[in-house]
Amino acid sequence: MSSPTGSDATTPGREPERIHAVPVRYPGRWVAAAVVAVIAAMAVHGLITNPRFAWPTVGKYLFATPVLQGVLWTLALTVGSMVIAVVLAVLLAVMRGSDNPVTRAVSWFYIWVFRGTPIYTQLVFWGLISVLYPKISLGVPFGPEWLSFTTKDLVTAFRGALLGLALNEAAYLAEIVRAGLQSVDRGQHEAARALGMKEGTILRRVVLPQAMRVIVPPTGNETISMLKTTSLVLAVPFTLDLNYATSAVGNRIFQPVPLLIVAAFWYLLVTSVLMVGQYYLERYYGRGFDVHKVNAGPQGPRRGRAARQAAINAAHTTPEPTPLDEMGGGLHNPGGVQ
Amino acid sequence: MSTTTDATVPMVELRGVHKWFGDAHVLRGIDLVVPKGTVCVVLGPSGSGKSTALRCINQLEEIGAGRVILNGELMGYREGVRGGRPTLYRLHPKAIAHQRAEVGMVFQRFNLFPHMTALGNVVEAQVQVLRRGKDEARSRAVDMLRRVGLDDRMEHYPAQLSGGQQQRVAIARALAMDPELMLFDEPTSALDPELVGEVLAVMRDLAASGMTMIVVTHEIGFAREVADQVVFMADGVVVEQGTPDEVLGSPREARTRDFLSRVL
Ligand SMILES: Nc1ncnc2c1ncn2[C@@H]1O[C@H](COP(=O)(O)OP(=O)(O)OP(=O)(O)O)[C@@H](O)[C@H]1O
Ligand SMILES: [Mg+2]
Repeated sequence: MSSPTGSDATTPGREPERIHAVPVRYPGRWVAAAVVAVIAAMAVHGLITNPRFAWPTVGKYLFATPVLQGVLWTLALTVGSMVIAVVLAVLLAVMRGSDNPVTRAVSWFYIWVFRGTPIYTQLVFWGLISVLYPKISLGVPFGPEWLSFTTKDLVTAFRGALLGLALNEAAYLAEIVRAGLQSVDRGQHEAARALGMKEGTILRRVVLPQAMRVIVPPTGNETISMLKTTSLVLAVPFTLDLNYATSAVGNRIFQPVPLLIVAAFWYLLVTSVLMVGQYYLERYYGRGFDVHKVNAGPQGPRRGRAARQAAINAAHTTPEPTPLDEMGGGLHNPGGVQ
Repeated sequence: MSTTTDATVPMVELRGVHKWFGDAHVLRGIDLVVPKGTVCVVLGPSGSGKSTALRCINQLEEIGAGRVILNGELMGYREGVRGGRPTLYRLHPKAIAHQRAEVGMVFQRFNLFPHMTALGNVVEAQVQVLRRGKDEARSRAVDMLRRVGLDDRMEHYPAQLSGGQQQRVAIARALAMDPELMLFDEPTSALDPELVGEVLAVMRDLAASGMTMIVVTHEIGFAREVADQVVFMADGVVVEQGTPDEVLGSPREARTRDFLSRVL
């Protein structure tokens, strides 16, 4: 130490003199806190006392049957489409990284199309599928048919909505999964191969579980984003989801604003529940990584965090603005956005 | 399987093995015979192809020419006849994975599975590859971890272990597969000096138990003490090979002398 009195303090047998300095005061912080608190209080007060928000109406419809059913349909669409999308995304990501140029190209093309066109357009398309392809049949390609369905019966409004959301989402998730797979150290694959594991086993038992650590956080964001994207399914048209149900009630009683608040309340609540789920998922897949380090090995936590960040950045998890974003999730009929 | 317990058949034999990475000719005709129950130490400067040679033995790399024969069995190929001529048929990846399971490998950077505990690391391939039952795999894993002195660290994740402990788990993981041959690629190079000894001690015990081993290392002391055969490689060829006394004590080749003078 270069301090002239430093050697004094470390002389053995003498208790070093502790520093009890007066801390620096930051009056600016207190002023800022006070200003923000007053503004927040004014906003809350205005929200509660403004009769135009019609809080009694909000209370009346918060737990109304069509609203609760809307919540369930929205949840079903969100969870269902995300599950399908994750499975499809893993498939696309593996195809994208395979040695086979045909599967690589197909995967690239899929992602290009589904990421490059608006979700609204895609949903309208799935709604029209029964007009475009009145009959779907199973059989030998270009040959005899074994089974055939009327498309209208096979692709109901709900299935069309589910399919439309899932196929679009898979394109985004595929990039996230790919970035996750790439973030796993090559040595892991090598070690597993040296133990005699087959490629499928390596993916399932060694690479994917580690990639999940990188995949889960952006996928959580995607799920929350999907929750709100479900409000676009009236393009199919599917008309039972939370957004449509509340807007229908609002239009019927000529009070759109309180029903808007009802919808916002439920979207917020479900988002909060999803965030809790995401926390536990992240903790599960972070096991073995976030533990206390006894000795920083070559696979230290820094590397993990850097890799995660890189993967998130590479995954382009913030999609281009959909019509939803421009409408602010409002009650107005988005039919005009087509 | 054409594998045999005949002690006169070498555990592993490389005949004129070549390896190209694109245009880079990395292995230029490697001949090597490692008899059963012996330890072969491979020395050589960086980039001489030591790791590549090891990786060719367990088919992590596909060789460009020559033969790799493990305990009498050709690695990676099947001999057949096509149009009246003897021809090699490449084995299906599953069959190669099967052959690979007979060879244990320990890496410089440990490569433990970070999302599994020490015990999980040792159990995994037994269940997935050898199809052992959970209980059998577990008790075997416990035995192996005890053998490397880590039975008190079984529930630790790799990140909670020191480098030396991680490397010992990696050795236990390979041993649990009952390999015929163990390959070590600079197993102590990534370790702090004070941790090298514990890993070398495990390897010494393993050699004494009769395991056939090929060890790439710069630990000359270990080579002198444990090796039956020392191989010096440079630029993708075997420059010199013999007993530790011959190669380390009185090297014939100038390149060997030059290398030894720098690492000793
Ligand atoms: N996958 C690869 N693609 C291209 N070249 C490679 C590859 N792996 C190794 N090489 C090259 O092959 C040569 C031999 O590499 P190898 O890793 O076998 O050397 P080594 O003797 O193990 O060296 P070190 O002591 O540094 O580990 C090097 O020139 C290296 O650049
Ligand atoms: Mg090497």
